[in-house]
Amino acid sequence: MSNQTEASNGLKLFLAWSFVGIPLVLGVYNTLLNAMKLFH
Amino acid sequence: MGFFSFLDREHTVAKPGYSRWLVPPAALCVHLCIGQAYALSVFNLPMTKLLGITASGPGDWKLTELGWIFSLAMLFLGGSAAVFGRWVEEGGPRRAMFTAGCLWAGGFFLSAFGVYIHNLWLIYLGYGVIGGCALGIGYISPVSTLIKWFPDRPGMATGMAIMGFGGGAFIASPLSVWLMGKFNTPTHVGVMETFMIMGAIYFCFMMVGAAIVRVPAPGWKPEGYVAPAAATKLISKNDVYVYDAVKTPQFWLIWWVLCLNVTAGIGVLGQASAMSQEMFPGVITPIAASGLVGLMSLFNMGGRFCWASVSDFIGRKNTYFVFMVLGFILYVTVPHAGSIGSVALFVFCFCIIISMYGGGFSTVPAYLKDMFGVRYVGAIHGLLLTAWSAAGIFGPVIVNYLREYNITHGVPKAQAYNNTMYIMAGLLVIGFICNFFVKAVADRYHMKANDPRLAGTAKA
Repeated sequence: MSNQTEASNGLKLFLAWSFVGIPLVLGVYNTLLNAMKLFH
Repeated sequence: MGFFSFLDREHTVAKPGYSRWLVPPAALCVHLCIGQAYALSVFNLPMTKLLGITASGPGDWKLTELGWIFSLAMLFLGGSAAVFGRWVEEGGPRRAMFTAGCLWAGGFFLSAFGVYIHNLWLIYLGYGVIGGCALGIGYISPVSTLIKWFPDRPGMATGMAIMGFGGGAFIASPLSVWLMGKFNTPTHVGVMETFMIMGAIYFCFMMVGAAIVRVPAPGWKPEGYVAPAAATKLISKNDVYVYDAVKTPQFWLIWWVLCLNVTAGIGVLGQASAMSQEMFPGVITPIAASGLVGLMSLFNMGGRFCWASVSDFIGRKNTYFVFMVLGFILYVTVPHAGSIGSVALFVFCFCIIISMYGGGFSTVPAYLKDMFGVRYVGAIHGLLLTAWSAAGIFGPVIVNYLREYNITHGVPKAQAYNNTMYIMAGLLVIGFICNFFVKAVADRYHMKANDPRLAGTAKA
């Protein structure tokens, strides 16, 4: 695989995973904060 | 059909250099959206006040009437996955994801219109029927594609997607509350606008998934991957036709394994808040109980990925043995935790139980692939999801009925759930026996190379 293809794939992977990862991480963080109420 | 030709399977074949790690985010685009179904309950109270605004008024819908929306959606999830499974398999993942996106958004828009004219039947049709079909088609759409891209780690790959279904509610719940808050006025409850915006967001999100998904070219395999030369005892190298699979005892044994595992999980999932407060009165407050529900949903999501990944190493059958044996021990331990007043033990038991509930969902596609081959695994998985629909009825009924029975017969509230826990443990014993009898599929069910039914499917 050429360097150009690798770089292009890397960018696509970063964008695709960010697209689904950011909302998911925010959702998990929010749920975690809610779950902390159990220990208060 | 020229305009829609980009949806065809042959237009989704990956070009050389395509990274297979783009497929899990494509699958997550769909599963994170349809996972909203688990957060539908946030609309329950606002939808009982659409006319009265501050409180339920004359003509407002009742919670019992609204409960049918979710039940219908679950029913149509199982039904559509079973009916459209073969179409999804043969049409390819992009067509299925595109269709699921249109139906899911369409369901939201129709429901918004139902809220606007205050017609509950339109919401039953919109979210329940049309949205339910989107759930079924969307749920199975990436399964076989992921298995084909990750022959070395099929459990992990499907676990990633199905984890998204568990995690969808984490995004949908705060988003719905925030949107309703934005559109709420003293004379108007912002449910309609929230449905419209969520439908639009989900449509865009699912279209991104449909755009980036690809199927591997025929004969493709991961770099350095060497397929086992011979089939192992419980991992077949042969394919079974979708409608032949349902004639095998293996299909029905796995159907019962899934159904019993999910029944046991659903039984506690829906009741965790009330159960924890009644078993530990004064110790677990309503706020703490909501924290427990949040913690359990995290374990539900995490279990989907972790258990399915573990199954790649220890095997599917062994993974389900772990669910049944460990589940049995934990269910029997819950009453003991209540009797000694140990909240920590109670929370531990519930979190592990719920992780195995999620793990049951995510491990089953790879189990089916091991039994029936890759070619029709998505369609067979669709048929198997009827077990989920059945469990959705059995689980809550068993828990609610037994609780009522115990309380009317004078059992203290704190102990009313004990019998339920023992019955759930009993269900897992039956599940263990079903799993024990799962053997390799008989040769007569395997498709032959010259099978005319192969003409309708791509080999990729």
